[in-house]
Amino acid sequence: MVDEMIRIENVTYEYSSIGEDSQLMAIKDVNISIDKGEYLVILGHNGSGKSTLAKLMNGLLLPTRGNVYVNNMNTKDEDKIWNIRETAGMVFQNPDNQIVATIVEEDVAFGPENQGVPPLEIRERVDEALRIVEMEEYKKHAPHLLSGGQKQRVAIAGILAMKPECIILDEPTAMLDPTGRIEIINTIRKLNKEEKKTIIHITHFMDEAVEADRILVMEQGEIVMEGSPREIFSQVEKVKNLGLDVPQVTELAYELRREGFNVPVDILTIEELVKAL
Amino acid sequence: MIIKLENINYVYNPNTPFEKKALDNISLNINEGDFIGLIGHTGSGKSTLVQHLNGLMKPTSGKVIVDGVDINSKDANLKEVRQKVGLVFQYPEHQLFEETVYKDIAFGPKNLGLERDEVHRRVKKAMELVELDFETLKDRSPFELSGGQKRRVAIAGVLAMKPKVLILDEPTAGLDPRGRDEILGRLETLYQEGITIILVSHSMEDIAKLVNRIVVMHRGKIAMEDKTREIFKEAEKLAELGLGIPQITSFMKEYKSKGNQIEDTVLTVEEAKDELINYLRRKGNA
Amino acid sequence: MLKDITIGQYFPGDTFVHKLDPRIKIIIIIMFITSLFFIKTFPPYLLILAFILFSIWLSKVPFKYVLKGLKPLMIIIGITFVINVLLTKGEVLFEIGPLTITKEGLSQAVFMALRLIFLITGTSLLTLTTSPISLTDGIEKLLSPFKRVGLPAHELAMMMTIALRFIPTLLEETDKIMKAQMARGADFESGNIINRAKNLVPLLVPLFINAFRRADELAIAMEARCYRGGEHRTRLNELKLKKQDIFAIILMSIFFGFIIINRYTGFI
Repeated sequence: MVDEMIRIENVTYEYSSIGEDSQLMAIKDVNISIDKGEYLVILGHNGSGKSTLAKLMNGLLLPTRGNVYVNNMNTKDEDKIWNIRETAGMVFQNPDNQIVATIVEEDVAFGPENQGVPPLEIRERVDEALRIVEMEEYKKHAPHLLSGGQKQRVAIAGILAMKPECIILDEPTAMLDPTGRIEIINTIRKLNKEEKKTIIHITHFMDEAVEADRILVMEQGEIVMEGSPREIFSQVEKVKNLGLDVPQVTELAYELRREGFNVPVDILTIEELVKAL
Repeated sequence: MIIKLENINYVYNPNTPFEKKALDNISLNINEGDFIGLIGHTGSGKSTLVQHLNGLMKPTSGKVIVDGVDINSKDANLKEVRQKVGLVFQYPEHQLFEETVYKDIAFGPKNLGLERDEVHRRVKKAMELVELDFETLKDRSPFELSGGQKRRVAIAGVLAMKPKVLILDEPTAGLDPRGRDEILGRLETLYQEGITIILVSHSMEDIAKLVNRIVVMHRGKIAMEDKTREIFKEAEKLAELGLGIPQITSFMKEYKSKGNQIEDTVLTVEEAKDELINYLRRKGNA
Repeated sequence: MLKDITIGQYFPGDTFVHKLDPRIKIIIIIMFITSLFFIKTFPPYLLILAFILFSIWLSKVPFKYVLKGLKPLMIIIGITFVINVLLTKGEVLFEIGPLTITKEGLSQAVFMALRLIFLITGTSLLTLTTSPISLTDGIEKLLSPFKRVGLPAHELAMMMTIALRFIPTLLEETDKIMKAQMARGADFESGNIINRAKNLVPLLVPLFINAFRRADELAIAMEARCYRGGEHRTRLNELKLKKQDIFAIILMSIFFGFIIINRYTGFI
């Protein structure tokens, strides 16, 4: 299929924990197909296997059983591994631990330098990437003096400069303050809507999932829920039992409905609830 | 009152081109039995302020008085101050260092020079307070616990000092909703145990649920200070300072502005639900 | 307290000195240091002083800033001075108790202290005007001929870059862990040496654990960004020699040559 970005086929991932003989299963027989251009959010609490799943998507981990395909390239194919990582870029939780260089633009250049891109083109890519994340004016700055949100945008630019088709973000906002979180969420939306990148956003913040095309909820290495934000959040009870939040207005709507009021189940925003009442 | 701040100023890198006023004439009283929420966006001076409360930072000018003693005077005993005012930093699990949970929690009480029996009692009590099972966890390495557990070990390490005031800087940062609820639930218990708490947080929802008084910092100054409900009435003023209000409070304001006669100063989903049920039933009957 | 260290700090600018190729700058500094050791009398120091002042003026780095780099090394300079004053024999100037101070001693002490001061200001001028990244680039390129004999030039440069990147982060972290342990009654300031060393455990253990965690995460992030060693790597800013680089190195060679010749002819 041409339109498929990532295909995960019957994937199981096991690892052995220190001091224990038994194999622990982090991912259990998961099947996912992600379309090009899709904005997918993977929700789950810590230890649900969502970060492991992310690392399987660009060959940082290889499945114990089953196959992962990125743009029809199998991540087990050693000849394709760099191709795969160019196609599916990955942003991590702690911005401090993914910035390599002491100057912003040098760091953004790190990926293309590794790809062997000619210097002039690197320059173009770096400028373009910094423009997209709105950090051009900081290109000569030292990263350690930036705010958390700014650092994370630099990290995103570093991935963008590699020209990936797909960007996997593994809890990119977990360590940021509210301002930083908003910056990153806006950047992610822009990458999807304007730059047409396939987005896989892994998070445990439910409010970041509202704008996704599709949500997957993970629990103990399995996908336990799948659907549009509306479909997921309307199941308030189930979501809460999985250790996740729903927006406060969604919860209120759910509570009112339980009291016998005629309120729709799929309320996501303040405006919708005001209208419904 | 247990902590009194009098005209605190703090200047970073004084007399250099990088000079920056981090605290600007702060005066604040913290009373026994307070549960204070300290809010303000990053760089507003919150972290600098809390480090003044136990003498980790010294004010450029002004006085910090803890339990009647000026903590920066010569005869003040800083160890005693730090015992009375417990401070839990952000990501406290990054400071764990001992081989076992027990030893790590015992670090503080041992530094106070307490006897073995007393140390033992305190470690046990502290673990109870953060709901960590003493028998199963005391001999485990803190490094093999889950994220939420590690954090609770770190908090227990401060609780074992038996502080009168407990300050927590973003205690839920980086935790998932379950881990967050565990920590926040513990704070309520601690408060009921009679500990005065100062909670630094970015989450207005958490603040609204827990604290009874809010101090808002902005550019090194105290911009607002009042009871929780009063503070969240001032959505516009908070917005000017780059801060929000809980989504539920926001909703109730919006709904009221559409001509519905409701009380809009709710802080939690529970409160909103009760208020709306009353209102909708009244409206239905009329 | 830890943030006061200024050695190795870069002072951004756009001057002739800043724009010189780092390779050229490193070679110039090596020539400069070598020339210092070829000077045995005071007069050529005037040339050195002129060279330093001229370079500082060219680079537009505030004079104060350059002097600041000397501060942490004042003790070493002081010790060198005292040792030379006390241990050089010669014409006695005056005696204080068991200590004799000689004319030769005093002159030798001043001479050695000046040599150290010139050495430090010269090298700190290099780090002040060269960003750490281009400095490591320069070192990598200069060392690359030795790759054939198995010297991992690229890896060394990469390690330096990462070290430079993480120094501020780790300093900040040290500060924070110290404070957190002090909040639990830890004492880093009193006691004898053994106790003090013991008291460092609550600081060092978390610091190392966190550093390892960071290293681990960084390695994964670098791998995700297609890092696979130095081969086939291109650079954003490729080093290219320009006219002014040639000009600077010729000028320096004349200066260097003059000092060497002077050493054996006693010209000045």
